[in-house]
Amino acid sequence: MNYSIAFRTIVTKEIFRFVRIWPQTLLPPAITTALYFLIFGKLIGGRIGEINGATYMDYIVPGIILMSVISHSYANVVSSFYSTKFQRNIEELLVAPVPNWVILSGYVSGGIIRGLLVGTVVASISLLFSDIEVKNPYVALSIMILTATLFSLAGFINAVLAESFDDISIIPNFILTPLSYLGGVFYSVKMLPDIWQSISLGNPILYMINAFRYGLIGVTDVDIQLAFIMTIVFILVLTLLSLFLLYKGIGIKN
Amino acid sequence: MNALSISNLKKTYNNGFEALKGIDLEVKPGDFFALLGPNGAGKSTTIGIISSLVNQSSGSVSIFGHDLKTERSLAKSCLGLVPQEVNFNQFDTVKSIVFNQAGYYGTPRKLALQRTEHCLKQMDLWDKRDTISRRLSGGMKRRVMIARAMVHAPRLLILDEPTAGVDIEIRRSMWKMMEEVNQQGTTIILTTHYLEEAESLCRNIAIIDQGRIVENTDMASLLARLHVDHFVLDLAEPLAQAPVIAGYQIERIADKVLDVAVPKEIGLNYLFNQLSEKNIKVVSLKNKSNRLEQLFMSLIDTKSAGNK
Repeated sequence: MNYSIAFRTIVTKEIFRFVRIWPQTLLPPAITTALYFLIFGKLIGGRIGEINGATYMDYIVPGIILMSVISHSYANVVSSFYSTKFQRNIEELLVAPVPNWVILSGYVSGGIIRGLLVGTVVASISLLFSDIEVKNPYVALSIMILTATLFSLAGFINAVLAESFDDISIIPNFILTPLSYLGGVFYSVKMLPDIWQSISLGNPILYMINAFRYGLIGVTDVDIQLAFIMTIVFILVLTLLSLFLLYKGIGIKN
Repeated sequence: MNALSISNLKKTYNNGFEALKGIDLEVKPGDFFALLGPNGAGKSTTIGIISSLVNQSSGSVSIFGHDLKTERSLAKSCLGLVPQEVNFNQFDTVKSIVFNQAGYYGTPRKLALQRTEHCLKQMDLWDKRDTISRRLSGGMKRRVMIARAMVHAPRLLILDEPTAGVDIEIRRSMWKMMEEVNQQGTTIILTTHYLEEAESLCRNIAIIDQGRIVENTDMASLLARLHVDHFVLDLAEPLAQAPVIAGYQIERIADKVLDVAVPKEIGLNYLFNQLSEKNIKVVSLKNKSNRLEQLFMSLIDTKSAGNK
């Protein structure tokens, strides 16, 4: 059995899906982040001064790019897979000889591609406001891909366990967005009181944003190696959990 | 080698409901097989397990000799399923629904496009290939599901109530299509509530009730068990009341229409003689086509009574 065709079919279907609805998927992040750059970076940022040797505009660009990657890779998989469950066309895949790992990798790849595409759109917008010279492109690219992978997997698990459309909006609204904002997008954790610095270090998004910031402008609040290890470990754990849910048929089979 | 072999299949849902209590079933290659049963009997659970949509509790299922547990991919590649309810993405075009399904089965792009075209033409849907599926009529949606199930050329096709809720014209055209598919060598398992459909299409039949197979035989043998046939007689002149003829149960269902229960041991000749003597002229006669329904009800009633 040639599983690469099944994989390509899922990925192509996913790409067509989010490209077809580009006013909902690709346009909003461009507008929202342009406003972030204009208001926080240009208008307010000019009065804030430098953080860790970088202008405020340069400092917030990596965080805003990665925040978009996180939210869109997550949103792509959670909405697509839950809709597939809701309309019961998941049965098309369950009936066919498609192994669980192909289903998972197909949907996660769709999420990664949308995350990276949105990241590229936001990075392009940032060029209108900032003239960042990328310091460590391999670090930046690899942490962006790993982050998109991690949050695509998280979106997949959310979709598998969700029983209603409310369930797929709770985590993005009440967990993901606060963790992203508190993950040092707009500030350095070193600016916080000690207690809040310690609490912030428990936020995994902080490590990813700082690793990405290190890749782009060479500035970080955390150890880069630790950020990579943590992200990879989370990916492995969520991959195993996703495969277990698919194997047991939890949320998708009777 | 059987197209389908089921052995001691059991399913107990998480809420404790025992949907299947150990069923055994064999379907020969090339057969047109009816799986009948009242609502909640276990038909959908059985089909769900065969098509990997429901996890079995115990037992074994093999499709064309491939065990569903140990040779899952091979077993699945032999199977096509037309489910009871519409389950494709309502925002996709007709063509992409069928084409993508071919991709899930590992069909290369060029061949998938050819098969998609063939199946859509066979289902008379080629003109609708670029239509968003939610804009199709109910009958067309059912045909899309059949085209989708056929696109990887399955050897075993399961049709779960394919004609439910469609009008008579579409139902007849779907019967014709199913017969053609079966004649081309595809084994078909059909579940339906229209017993007339099973009677006219299927060669073998299993009846499932309360999670057990209560009958598994060929259609002719099953129908031969009937002791009474029902006929509808159209009369030349209206009658005020039904005539009384010993041995027959006659009911007047309209001015010029009689429903007659004819015991097989007496036959029709005596009936016509008696009607002629009473100056009742019969214009036409037709079988009531509810023979399987009578048997079905008697089998279900008998088994239900036995289980109480």
